[in-house]
Amino acid sequence: MSDEPIARTSRRDFLRSTALAGAGLVAGSATAGAAGPDPKIVEVQDWASSFGDPVDATPYGMPIRFESHVVRRNVEWLTESPVSSINFTPIHALEGTITPQGCAFERHHSGAIELSKADYRLMINGLVDTPLVFTFEDLLRFPRSVTTAFCECAANGGMEWAGAQLEGCQYTQGMIHNMEYTGVPLRLLLEEAGVKPEGKWVYAEGADASSNGRSLPLDKALDDVMVAFFANGEALRKEHGYPVRLVVPGWEGNIWVKWLRRLGVYDQAVESREETSKYTDLMPDGRARKWTWVMDAKSVITSPSPQVPIRHGKGPLVISGLAWSGNGRITRVDVSLDGGVNWQSARLSGLALPKALTRFHLDIDWNGEELLLQSRAVDETGYVQPTKDQLREIRGLNNVYHNNGIQTWWVKADGEVENVEVA
Amino acid sequence: PALAGKLGLGREALPEEVAAWDVAVLPDGTGLRPGSGDVATGDEVFAEKCASCHGEFAEGLDSWPVLAGGGGTLTDRRPVKTVGSYWPYLSTVWDYVHRSMPFGAAQTLSVDETYAITAFLLYSNGLVDEDFVLSDENFREVELPNAVGFYPDDRPQTEYPLFSGEPCMSDCRRPVAITKRAVELNVTPQDPDGRPAGTLPPLSEAAALPADP
Repeated sequence: MSDEPIARTSRRDFLRSTALAGAGLVAGSATAGAAGPDPKIVEVQDWASSFGDPVDATPYGMPIRFESHVVRRNVEWLTESPVSSINFTPIHALEGTITPQGCAFERHHSGAIELSKADYRLMINGLVDTPLVFTFEDLLRFPRSVTTAFCECAANGGMEWAGAQLEGCQYTQGMIHNMEYTGVPLRLLLEEAGVKPEGKWVYAEGADASSNGRSLPLDKALDDVMVAFFANGEALRKEHGYPVRLVVPGWEGNIWVKWLRRLGVYDQAVESREETSKYTDLMPDGRARKWTWVMDAKSVITSPSPQVPIRHGKGPLVISGLAWSGNGRITRVDVSLDGGVNWQSARLSGLALPKALTRFHLDIDWNGEELLLQSRAVDETGYVQPTKDQLREIRGLNNVYHNNGIQTWWVKADGEVENVEVA
Repeated sequence: PALAGKLGLGREALPEEVAAWDVAVLPDGTGLRPGSGDVATGDEVFAEKCASCHGEFAEGLDSWPVLAGGGGTLTDRRPVKTVGSYWPYLSTVWDYVHRSMPFGAAQTLSVDETYAITAFLLYSNGLVDEDFVLSDENFREVELPNAVGFYPDDRPQTEYPLFSGEPCMSDCRRPVAITKRAVELNVTPQDPDGRPAGTLPPLSEAAALPADP
């Protein structure tokens, strides 16, 4: 897919047809005439005359106050304690693919700890030739790599398994962020210690009280897992694992161990709490899947959405959204306006990197009628994002994790948007 | 590019350091430390350090996790997943309690206390008698009821083939009807105007701007 709009005709033709379709129908549309001279133009505004802030006003800046709605949000009733809890990225208000770190979601099991680079230690032990201890200074001397990847909580959308529950894609799809990471391939650290032939699993745990220990098969550990120090150009944020976290492209967020302190090499999986009691997926026969590591192809329309109603009336409307797959690149996203009866392919805007958030757009001419918006991602393996009902048919209602079902938004005639399910 | 050899970074970990940080216990008992504890001692330690959240009988207070009960509920509409009803391995109980509990004061339990609490949790789940003593010697003999309740990810066999292939583009199904609406539950955080919290502000000039901080 290219970055070109899939316009059938030229942009000029598009605007002309839009104007014709909307003629006499829409007050305040782009083509309506002005009632009189706009004072924002014809009167000299303060900012066009006096000074703005000096360059030393904000050594490290925050967003302008008009964007105060673009923040992480908590839903208190979801968990029993705010230190073993989740908050949500404001994906409804973001564009492109890179998540600003300051509003990228958090999930902790014993809170966000403060660990300085001076206090930091990383141990490699177990079935290795030489058990090692690294300081942060040591880690900065290994050859580096860069990767961009989404981190999606296994529970993203989990509250929606049984039906439409929360209002807004921030809440129903926002346990996710996407950053450009720099760090050391885990493979290089393991090679430094020398993994013995009987070493088949790597157990990673954090420095926090919860430890969040998880077992990784050696194949994945040697493939694309990174021990990361930088995200989106700067050090990791405290709440994202400062100074060191694991980056595990395509795999469920829980295994992206933060404040990483130890890598133990074993001949079997540890079967820790976070891979037995939690992050196992109950199926209809009462048994459960374990080791469901990969996050499958998924997408959501971020605008319009319940937190982004249409207030501009009929006419040109941008449908914008995110697609991603833990199984590789997104190759296509289809959008339906009628609840899945008919589909059209959107365009992928920018790069479709493997195991990374991918932006899609579809420009339509909204005639003011109700819509049932859906998006459907396709990845390079040929996998097509399923409906929630298709997933439930196999998994039942108590899977808890890995809900990648198609999301439906009901756009009403007044432009308000609801989270709904359809049948 | 492949490295010619090791870089010589880091230094060898000392046995005391490994012992301090590698406290993991694997399902086959690897990592267990010598020690023991009985149900009665576990009951006492639990009452002192655990029951304020998890209840005197490990039944869970308020919305804190339930550690006992729920047997046979895994196909219910609302399953109760506990150590007794769901967890596969006793090793995980010992390991997680020893490393990460009590919540807010982790790593304060001794090896013997952890054996005792684990024995008490077995008792609370009706899996041992009240005079049971758990130790590193008999630990491997204990099998939890749901030990065979798990299987590795089978999506590549059970889902990927079904969900792959060229999807339908037109007239794919009968027209749809709305069956569920989140607004009927009304459990999302709200802005002062009643909209979902974080709703984009209107851009019309009459719209109120956020206060100057």
